[in-house]
Amino acid sequence: MTTLTINGRKHDVSAAPDTALLWVLREHLGLTGSKYGCGIAACGACTVHVDGQAMRSCALPISGLVGKAITTIEGLPGGDTHPLTKAWVAKQAPQCGYCQSGQIMQAAALLAAKPKPTRDEIIQHMDGNICRCGSYPQIISAIERASKGA
Amino acid sequence: MTTASKTPFTPSRRAVLAGGVGLTLAFAFQADDGQAQTATPAAGRLNAYVTITPDGTITIMAPAPEMGQATNTTLPLILAEELDADWSRVKIVTAPIADAFNHPVFRSQFVVASLTTRAYWMPIRTAGAQARRVLLDAVAARWNVPVAELTTEPSVVVHAASNRRIGYGDVAAFATAPATLPEIKPTDLKPVAAFRLIGKDVARWDVPGKSTGKATYAIDQRIPGMVYGVMARAPVMGATARSHNGDDLKKRPGVTHVLPLTGGIAIVAERVEQALAARAALKVEWKTAAGSTYDSRKGLEAFQAAARNPASTAVVGRKTGEAEDALKTAAKVVSGEYSTDYVAHAQMEPLNALASVTADSVEIWVGTQWPTRVRDDAAKIAGVTPDKVKVTMLPMGGGFGRRAHTEYANEAVEVSKAVGKPVKLLNTREDDMANSHVRPMTAHRIDVGLDASGKVTGWKHRIAADLVVPNLYGMARLEAQKGVDHIVMAHADVPYYDIPHHLADHVYQDMGVRTAAWRGIGAGPNAFAVEAMIDELARNAGQDPLAFRLALLKDARAKAVVQAAADMAEWSRKRDGAALGIAFSRLGVPQLGESMSAVVAETAIDAASGRITVRKLWCAADVGLPIQPRNIVQQVQGSLIWGLSSTLKEQASFRNGAIEQSNYTDYPVMRMSEMPAIEVKILRSGDIPMPVGELGLGAVTPAISNAVAALTGKRLRNAPFTAVRVKAALA
Repeated sequence: MTTLTINGRKHDVSAAPDTALLWVLREHLGLTGSKYGCGIAACGACTVHVDGQAMRSCALPISGLVGKAITTIEGLPGGDTHPLTKAWVAKQAPQCGYCQSGQIMQAAALLAAKPKPTRDEIIQHMDGNICRCGSYPQIISAIERASKGA
Repeated sequence: MTTASKTPFTPSRRAVLAGGVGLTLAFAFQADDGQAQTATPAAGRLNAYVTITPDGTITIMAPAPEMGQATNTTLPLILAEELDADWSRVKIVTAPIADAFNHPVFRSQFVVASLTTRAYWMPIRTAGAQARRVLLDAVAARWNVPVAELTTEPSVVVHAASNRRIGYGDVAAFATAPATLPEIKPTDLKPVAAFRLIGKDVARWDVPGKSTGKATYAIDQRIPGMVYGVMARAPVMGATARSHNGDDLKKRPGVTHVLPLTGGIAIVAERVEQALAARAALKVEWKTAAGSTYDSRKGLEAFQAAARNPASTAVVGRKTGEAEDALKTAAKVVSGEYSTDYVAHAQMEPLNALASVTADSVEIWVGTQWPTRVRDDAAKIAGVTPDKVKVTMLPMGGGFGRRAHTEYANEAVEVSKAVGKPVKLLNTREDDMANSHVRPMTAHRIDVGLDASGKVTGWKHRIAADLVVPNLYGMARLEAQKGVDHIVMAHADVPYYDIPHHLADHVYQDMGVRTAAWRGIGAGPNAFAVEAMIDELARNAGQDPLAFRLALLKDARAKAVVQAAADMAEWSRKRDGAALGIAFSRLGVPQLGESMSAVVAETAIDAASGRITVRKLWCAADVGLPIQPRNIVQQVQGSLIWGLSSTLKEQASFRNGAIEQSNYTDYPVMRMSEMPAIEVKILRSGDIPMPVGELGLGAVTPAISNAVAALTGKRLRNAPFTAVRVKAALA
């Protein structure tokens, strides 16, 4: 049994210690906002926060996460009223939408560390997150919008 | 494309919701809108449901699978326009799988070829107008006034003469649909100038869910009692397992089944991590199959030789006049050769489905472009009739043509049937890639005949490529089409250019590779070849490629998009260290009308590294009538990025019949930092919405090749334009 702290709640998880956090979130706990894309931390669809840092949950064994604060898209403060969520809707960023939870979590870590990033800083920070539909321009403008508090 | 005979406009059936709490209308329609420019449009049937409850909520069914193209907003929006609904009171519900919701052309719930909005356009408008008319007739009877005196405002019926108003919800509370629903003629529809929803940027209904992690994809679906399956993919199409260590795997905790299937081996376990760990521990020796010796590097050379060889056996795919004769009598023949490598879809959501098979029913949750086929195949596998199969259409985490194939849903049904429990059947990214259904590799040889004055008299385009139609639709379909693989041959014709004699043919290259429709289908390879060839003709003639194109184009819309893209890019302005290339491409089928696009690429090149940098793309897009302009811009932008990714980065290869790439690390796709600036301009050219979802894609590769030619005088002929190839071309 592994005890994980996810979105402020403690969960006792019965899974092998080397199980990736992503599968525990999705299939044990029903937190399906974090997506499986590549399994090797190469696409960013599974991005969550661990102690405030954006991390790829597909490549994080749960054994290393005891005592850490894990935040998923479901635990993003403010939910629908979070500035990034509002900006994503305002810019109509998603197309197929599958990568967008990971994009938002990656962006949230950026804005927490640097509330007014430049465009180049946004691109550098977001470059590990793939969007196959090509919604990149809308993602950039949504992050810019959120950073302006609009 | 399935063609259908015309069916007359007939109301099919009606229903009043149980308890009289509201009004439900169901319709059948003639799909032929009589507005197609040429030939006889294929026709089909559509039933669209509109439910209005007394509280004024208007529920509209979204009939088409959603993969990011926004048709699940677009189609209800079009219906709401004709219904004169208050959009803020509209609730969109994903339709079930039923004939009533069939695509009017394909006669199946099936999303391909960017033909959803175009095909549903008149039927779904008519559905909305008919629902409105039923409401008007009910009010006219109750108020005892001529129906002609009634008008509507959003969700309100108005009788101006007596200054009375009544909301749609209040009408629905007493209205009953008549035995025979009113006939709606095209002239009864709202004038395009009166549209208040169409042409505006209405927010997509699926965006909030997709911006909060709440949207449910098939991979997110969970039901009680469900177990997990993971597919281990046969590396070569048709290869089955000679031996495997399944008995050992079944000793692992939770692992219950190891099931050889047609496409590989399914491992079933109680928990997902148990299934994934067992997949990692699986050892298989695969038998060989037809494609087991295939090496695509050697294949490319063979394809090129086949395209070049006049004696190759080829199937005529597109023909106007007598190109062979024109070439024989030409004063001069100019030739060009091009190729494109295999590319994979690499959609973000690996293929998966959840199926629950019982003794007499099947339920499937799946993201698919072809839910009707999923239903019908599931019925056969489970041994039930299709009405016992319930398919829940969930949004796709990327389709791009890959999810027009449905083998992953069938496998989930097979496994659930074998296990006797609901099974969520997953593919790891590596197994998804191992099972890539690629766009064919293509080699092209184009010979163009010119007369003494330099005028183009004949054009022959020979394409050596794998086939797609047999893999997607079966060999019978290919035979019915007289061997013409329309997916491979798309965009190989040149109808908008003044070229009197044209021939495009296909030398089959059946390498045993799994192939699929891939966004843009033939336009990716063929528009590259055609538009690079046009550029070569211009350069041979010593003419500006823009002026040459404008002179050779005979179609006013085509000229307009080319001129518009050139204007956007300030074509005549010289760039520092970069150059511009221009290309034209189109999308659609002639019977239903085509959209048109032109792309200009500002491109720089680093000769030492062989690295191409596309600084900016401009695209002018003539989409007929734009329904949701912002979404159209985003779809075209997505097409351009998709095209760019295949031009600069994507390259799938086969060795011993197996694809060599396994993940985004060795199959890199476009990332944010690699994006050029992109500018899309929509041109409106009529009152019918033309295809959008793949528009612009075909013009990207040639625009970049043409820009590099302008910059260096050297021609990039083999896509993708990798550093190795660029350096070789410049040498």
